Amino acid sequence: MNPTWWIVIIGGAIVLIAIVIYNGLVRIKNQVENSWAQIDVQLKRRFDLIPNLIETVKGYAKHEKGVLEGVTQARTAFMGAKSPKEMAKAENMLEGTLKTLFAVSENYPQLQANENFLQLQEELSGTESKIAYARQHYNDMVMEYNTKVQTFPTNMFAKVFSFAEKELFETPEVERQNVKVQF
Amino acid sequence: MNIHDQSRWNKIKSWIILSLFIILISALGYIIGFVYGSPIPGFVLAIFGALLYSVIMYFQGDSIILATTGAREVTKKEYPYLFHTVEGLAIAAGIPTPKAYVIEDTALNAFATGRDPQHASVTVTTGLLNKLNRQELEGVIAHEMSHIKNFDIRMMMLTAVFVGITILLSDFLLRSFLWGSGSRDRENNQMTIIFIVIGIILAILAPLIAELIKLAVSRRREYGADADGALLTRNPEGLASALEKIKNDPDPLVDKANKATAHLFISTPFRKTKGFFTGLFSTHPPIDERIKILRGM
Repeated sequence: MNPTWWIVIIGGAIVLIAIVIYNGLVRIKNQVENSWAQIDVQLKRRFDLIPNLIETVKGYAKHEKGVLEGVTQARTAFMGAKSPKEMAKAENMLEGTLKTLFAVSENYPQLQANENFLQLQEELSGTESKIAYARQHYNDMVMEYNTKVQTFPTNMFAKVFSFAEKELFETPEVERQNVKVQF
Repeated sequence: MNIHDQSRWNKIKSWIILSLFIILISALGYIIGFVYGSPIPGFVLAIFGALLYSVIMYFQGDSIILATTGAREVTKKEYPYLFHTVEGLAIAAGIPTPKAYVIEDTALNAFATGRDPQHASVTVTTGLLNKLNRQELEGVIAHEMSHIKNFDIRMMMLTAVFVGITILLSDFLLRSFLWGSGSRDRENNQMTIIFIVIGIILAILAPLIAELIKLAVSRRREYGADADGALLTRNPEGLASALEKIKNDPDPLVDKANKATAHLFISTPFRKTKGFFTGLFSTHPPIDERIKILRGM
């Protein structure tokens, strides 16, 4: 066969491979971004549940003003957090104050019997575990993406199309410490 | 094998099962047609019927399975605890949240079905909900979530509906041959042929069905879902402890489970019996072995 034909065939094959690899990279990058958005959805859910919880508890446990204010403060801090570090700190605070709230609420049998309260409690603990799972999934996706970006032959194309490695979500130091329960 | 390879392989296997089923039914149609003197119409009719049945079952098989097992779809309001667990693990697996169903039964069991992760459901018995703690329930749901994610459910669903109809058909044929043609005045010669044919059909059918079930529920599939599930919860002990409770439960029987749906469940829904045949035709790997592997992770 004519050498020009060989060049055309090989060139065409390379272009085809590049298209497939590029599309694969875009797909997984979008999955990574989507899994990050999933975390936000769950964080927002928890955020929205807190005012309801405070309203419900207020009706039964008026004397626990300090605890309730703590939760509200933590929520506000969480809303205002800008850097990931601030966010982690606020989250740690929120978790701690919520735990305190649930611990305190055990002193109020009427509250414990309140359907609405029990529902909110279940909803919140469900949301907590969903946040954890969403983060775990994000890390799984990042790991898959990074492996793709780092391994041959995808790494060559990743460089050309500038697909950078992504960072894993790591629990900051503050959050690794045990959550303090205050009374 | 990673999850993508598993899914691809399961889709291929689903096609193989589908083709086998259509070939089997059309062959049956041909034989029956042959016995009654018109093989080609029998063949065409059977192919048409098998195709129609396959299409309906592909889209509706899960609803039929859910109906025969007596499962009822539940709302978040009724079972918030179950819902949160299912939602959480769907997030962890990165698939849409499957629908949740409950079977009113004291036995401890669960299964997942559907044609793909977008059309899937998880079913648990009320016994399971009552007797397992949160970690154990998460372990069981994670096992089912793995079946959904890697398309095990499609293959298992198709197997269930095809095994169901094949058993039903062979039963029906046997009866109609035995009772139906006996009343008609026929030559002895023809009767002999008919009975030979029945013999052949049954001889072909029975082992085929057994093979299909085995293909669907190779022990590796259950071990695989155990391992993937443990990876989802990052906690193999949850499922191990759940399986232990299932093993020690005195009442493993799910009232409405049958031979066609048995392989869907996380643990065999029949009474535990020991013997050569239960081992050979057992749809599930030994539970002790599964616990041992999980505890060794």
